[in-house]
Amino acid sequence: MTATRTRRRALGDLLIQSLVIAAFLLAWEMTARARVINPFLLPALSDVLMRIGKDLGSGIAIVDLSLTLYRALSGFAIAAAIGIPLGILMARWSLVRWFFDPLISAGFPMPKIAFLPIFVLWFGLFDTSKIIMVAFSSIFPVVSAAYAGTQGVDKWPLWSARALGAKERELLWEVILPLALPQILTGLQIALPVALITTVVTEMLMSGKGIGGTMMNAGRFADSVGVFAGIVEIAVVGILVIRGVEALRRRLLVWHAETRADA
Amino acid sequence: MATLFRYLPILVVLALWEAATRYGLVSKLMVPDLASVGAAFWQLLTSGELVFNAGRSLGRAFIGLAAATAFGIVAGLLMATIRPVRLLVNPLVQAFYPMPKSALIPVVMVWFGLGDLSKIVLIFLGCILPVVVSTYNGARGVDHVLVWSAASLGASRRAILTEVVLPAAMPEIFNGMRTALAFSFILMVSSEFILAKDGIGYLIATLGDGGAYAAMFACILTVAGVGFGADRLFGLLIRRTLRWREP
Repeated sequence: MTATRTRRRALGDLLIQSLVIAAFLLAWEMTARARVINPFLLPALSDVLMRIGKDLGSGIAIVDLSLTLYRALSGFAIAAAIGIPLGILMARWSLVRWFFDPLISAGFPMPKIAFLPIFVLWFGLFDTSKIIMVAFSSIFPVVSAAYAGTQGVDKWPLWSARALGAKERELLWEVILPLALPQILTGLQIALPVALITTVVTEMLMSGKGIGGTMMNAGRFADSVGVFAGIVEIAVVGILVIRGVEALRRRLLVWHAETRADA
Repeated sequence: MATLFRYLPILVVLALWEAATRYGLVSKLMVPDLASVGAAFWQLLTSGELVFNAGRSLGRAFIGLAAATAFGIVAGLLMATIRPVRLLVNPLVQAFYPMPKSALIPVVMVWFGLGDLSKIVLIFLGCILPVVVSTYNGARGVDHVLVWSAASLGASRRAILTEVVLPAAMPEIFNGMRTALAFSFILMVSSEFILAKDGIGYLIATLGDGGAYAAMFACILTVAGVGFGADRLFGLLIRRTLRWREP
């Protein structure tokens, strides 16, 4: 298939996709306007958008959004900063692997959010406990991806580099990391939505500012427009963040076969 | 013996915990010692409180997950085989997939009340997309030769779908279900934390509010253990069911 044809097809898909989404949003607006459903249960899309616009104008939504993003990204950054080196160490050093492998494989499928009360007890109700909760819940996919990625590095490039006189440090930075990068990025791509979800839940549970807290408050005051405004904001942030990471992946892996296959 | 050695680090962590509390490295107010957590666990277990609440929670998770699996597999197969369905559903799936489903907790509570139904619906909504996406990918990735062979042997469209496409897509579907299983536990606990009259999340929250930290730790470790156990059990089930596959 030629490049132009692929591109035209992608454009067509994008068009259909936008049309379907537009139809969905229109259906929401019409059902709400026709008062088929109690407006308390389903406020009209236009009201929700107007509320978001108002909150953005007054700065409330900006504070909430930046707080939520700050918590999610800080927790995510901690998870990445600890998780990637730990995964690589596990693959390179059998003692580290022996100690952490069972802990990681036992911790991965656990519902981490259950530990929130413990973090609240230890670190209080403010940002620290939220960020630690986010880091704790998003570190597992990072570690296991970094571990699997490093473990899966082909032995030939390692041997060749060694034969050419590479030192261990150079081996790590010039051979292992680049070869494990696709897997590490996959782990980060799984961890980022987890970080966002955890942030919203912790905010809902502990109140205060941030999108989750504001939504919970709106819910308590039976302000359903406010609740839906929160949902739309989170949905948009979620999509933007995930698309952003996908784009980053394509940039970082320009040299990799997976990117060339797409192009 | 090998298993024991493999899981030895977990025992090491538990020993460190016990030592830290016993020798006063951390305050007992912050970290209850292992013995009192064990005692609290036993007490919760014998009083039936733990079993009752965990049963309520697991019932919700199971119903939500089962419904999500049934609907998800059908939807994924339809998307893979019928073009209009794909064009209509795929954009919605892609738009809603990255959205944190826990954001729906307040709305689901308003729509479906504070009882079981709202939690089941939330778990259903959170679990259905991974199943749909994995079924769709699995069914699309089925080797064409298999489908053509079946067709040339005179299999009907329906037979191809149930006898060829579905089994061939099973490994992917199981993967999606495993993701959904993890989601169901997360959504179960977080929705029960926020609003519930019973369930393990509710129990944890109440014990924490009452300052019964040893019991709270016991419940949290129980949830974590059950989540881990469910995942392992499911992994075993997958391996048994997919025994016919070439390794």
